[in-house]
Amino acid sequence: MSGSGKRSGRIGAVILSGLMFTLIYVFWTGATDPYDISIFTVLAFGTCAVFVRGGIFPRPGLKKIAYAAAYIPYMVVEIVKANLDVASRVIKPTIPLNPGIVAVDTKLTTPIGRTVLANSITLTPGTLSVEIKGSRLYIHWIDVQGHGGEEEAKMIVAGFEKYLEVIFG
Amino acid sequence: MADLIEIILFASAVLTMAAIVFAALRFLMGPTAADRTAAFDTLTIISISIIAMLAQYFGRIIFIDVAMIYGILSFIGVVAVARYLEGGL
Amino acid sequence: MEILRLAGAIIVFIGSVFLFLGGLGLLRMPDVYNRIQAGTKATTLGSMCVFIGLGIYHPALLSRMLVLLAFIVITNPISSHALARAAHFAGVKLVKGSVCDRLEVEEAEDAASGSPDPIGNDTINDDRPAGDLGGGG
Repeated sequence: MSGSGKRSGRIGAVILSGLMFTLIYVFWTGATDPYDISIFTVLAFGTCAVFVRGGIFPRPGLKKIAYAAAYIPYMVVEIVKANLDVASRVIKPTIPLNPGIVAVDTKLTTPIGRTVLANSITLTPGTLSVEIKGSRLYIHWIDVQGHGGEEEAKMIVAGFEKYLEVIFG
Repeated sequence: MADLIEIILFASAVLTMAAIVFAALRFLMGPTAADRTAAFDTLTIISISIIAMLAQYFGRIIFIDVAMIYGILSFIGVVAVARYLEGGL
Repeated sequence: MEILRLAGAIIVFIGSVFLFLGGLGLLRMPDVYNRIQAGTKATTLGSMCVFIGLGIYHPALLSRMLVLLAFIVITNPISSHALARAAHFAGVKLVKGSVCDRLEVEEAEDAASGSPDPIGNDTINDDRPAGDLGGGG
């Protein structure tokens, strides 16, 4: 993709995917033989050179990697909170529910950023992304606060956008 | 100590089987097709955990490959069914 | 060494408790969206804990368990999102007593005003140049 400078081009995408496949191979088989690993590395990079298209992933930089590293523990904490929330609802005799679908606009512009945002929303307490139209996200919320206006819905995405804006732009 | 570990692992296997029973009940009862598909999705995730436990119990690492393939197939199956329900297939 | 095995077994037990609660939530919740929520979240953390616990219990399995864990964490929300979207377009209503359904309301407004989808199209807006359908270079 020639137009946007923020995303990685074809060469960068090939290197990223090739490294990812090699890493998965090493983790999956536990291979330690350098001959074995080098053959797979050549194969992985060759396959990626044929099939991978550029312009999807952001160009990696130090700040982005730092934010991505900080995002993972944040997500783990959110997932644990989500589960304690679900567990406390499920074991009560009558399930406390106040469900509804709310709409919120996101500031993220790239497709991959919106995808990660939607998936993160699905894994966090009481929210499930139902539909994305352009920049508008429709979220099923198990316990709607207030009347489900824009302000309340902003609370859901604000925490993620802080990180994802830097990572995916 | 070894006995305690055995008991804990056995108890977790029993709890996981109870989860399978609940999800299977929803799979049989579910009023709409979407309910059944959601139950199927949950069933496969629980089954992957059970297969991983069995791999540890029998000491056969190859079982984890089975779990991975099972997960991939169930993911593709659920997405295909979702597309069908939407009317896009 | 024994302590490590005990810790692994306890983590597996915690994971199986979450799996159990996920199954129970799937059975008890009143409508599709709530069921998907309970089913997805609880089983994600449950299987994460089971994999990590088995990896600690049996260190030879740890690296494979990490790949399996990453796979589950990435694909589980995608399939549940696809299911929720499909349920909505298949016409499954929210449970009685729900507060609001903005998606339903805004779709009705779009249909009434006649403008076909003012924001974008149904899919995520991909700003590829026209004619580039993906695939190879």
